[in-house]
Amino acid sequence: MTWDWGAVADFMPYFWDGLWVTLQILVFGSLISFALGLVWALLMRAPTRWVTWPVGGLTEFVRNTPLLVQLFFLFYVLPEWGITFSAMTTGVFAIGLHYSTYTMQVYRAGIEAVPVGQWEAATALNLPLRRTWTVVILPQAVRRVVPALGNYVISMLKDTPLLMAITVLEMLGQARLFAQQNFQFTEPLTVIGVAFIVISYLASLALRALERRLVH
Amino acid sequence: MTSGLWERVLEGVWVTIQLLVLSALLATAVSFVVGIARTHRLWIVRFLAGFYTEVFRGTSALVMIFWVFFVLPPAFGWQLVPLWAGTLALGLTYGAYGSEIVRGALAAVDPAQREGGIALSFTPWQRMRLILLPQAVPEMIPPFSNLLIELLKGTALVSVMGMGDLAFSANLVRLALQESAEIYTYVLLIYFAIAFLLTRSMRGLERKLKAGVGKAPRKKAAAVRVPEGSGVS
Repeated sequence: MTWDWGAVADFMPYFWDGLWVTLQILVFGSLISFALGLVWALLMRAPTRWVTWPVGGLTEFVRNTPLLVQLFFLFYVLPEWGITFSAMTTGVFAIGLHYSTYTMQVYRAGIEAVPVGQWEAATALNLPLRRTWTVVILPQAVRRVVPALGNYVISMLKDTPLLMAITVLEMLGQARLFAQQNFQFTEPLTVIGVAFIVISYLASLALRALERRLVH
Repeated sequence: MTSGLWERVLEGVWVTIQLLVLSALLATAVSFVVGIARTHRLWIVRFLAGFYTEVFRGTSALVMIFWVFFVLPPAFGWQLVPLWAGTLALGLTYGAYGSEIVRGALAAVDPAQREGGIALSFTPWQRMRLILLPQAVPEMIPPFSNLLIELLKGTALVSVMGMGDLAFSANLVRLALQESAEIYTYVLLIYFAIAFLLTRSMRGLERKLKAGVGKAPRKKAAAVRVPEGSGVS
């Protein structure tokens, strides 16, 4: 086994470019999944099954099918319908949609964990439904679910390389491009492998600290 | 779609299922070995098992697949058949997630059970085999069921390496027909059907295993909840 530090040095500029793209995907994907997940969770509490069944079925379907195939679906099928986005936008939307079906369950658990007394107090104070949700229920529910949402952000980080398959040049895409141009596979792939381990380990440490602060 | 193209899709389904079964077997073996090692007396065994878990959980499954396909061959001078390379990468990655499930379920067994085993002077291995595992395994089934679905979704990743699985066959059909909506809809539906079957059979397995240790499945257990303050806590 030969290890060439020169190749590592040559790869580093591309690595930073890839890392920047990966972090962008992560931030925007997380924001979409947090927002959309909340929408699904609230829709699932609608009083009519005309809403809950389609939403439940759709999210179940998205959760149980591979993100990679969903990416291809959006990347190749949307242009056929006359809707064209850049690969990056498509990828961020797909990953956000996929993870929203997970965050939705997190929100649901958080909302159900709010004590019944809070709902009853809101009713007793004659708060309108909208204010019950925005000032009583959601602030308590969201605070509880922050650590669980953070876990999904870490999972999402590990799914960002899939965007390489639709030509986005994130970390793995950069590593593959570099490897094919220079016929050096070992160094770039190992560098990004280690980078993923380091980033997700640091993220899990940060999350644990955040969790401790939220508890107190 | 012509019947020739459907044949391609069926071949893809077969590769996906083979890969799913093989990597699920490897992942289960890894989960139990590493998960049990994390409860070992010696700190070095616990440390190594924990290190393994952190490394393989920390990295991305797709990066791991690239690594097994491109870095292992020149580094060690041998190359795996694609099916085995895919199995190795997926099995090791998802095994690391599974080991956390095993560790958690073992830790959740009532400590009195372990102490009872010590009092009866069982060896550590007998305690694990006769007392802890029979009670812990049924509790592992629901999280393992979720992990199995994740693994099914993970098998699609090997198509990036040109292995002819279901996701890859979709790509072939897309290139042949120059049209993608139909085939990708079918492929997503096939994945969903496989996932549905897996969830159902895991639920059946849970019921069977829980009956073995004298527990009802979750739903019934909730229905016969003992009222508070009745003296039976």
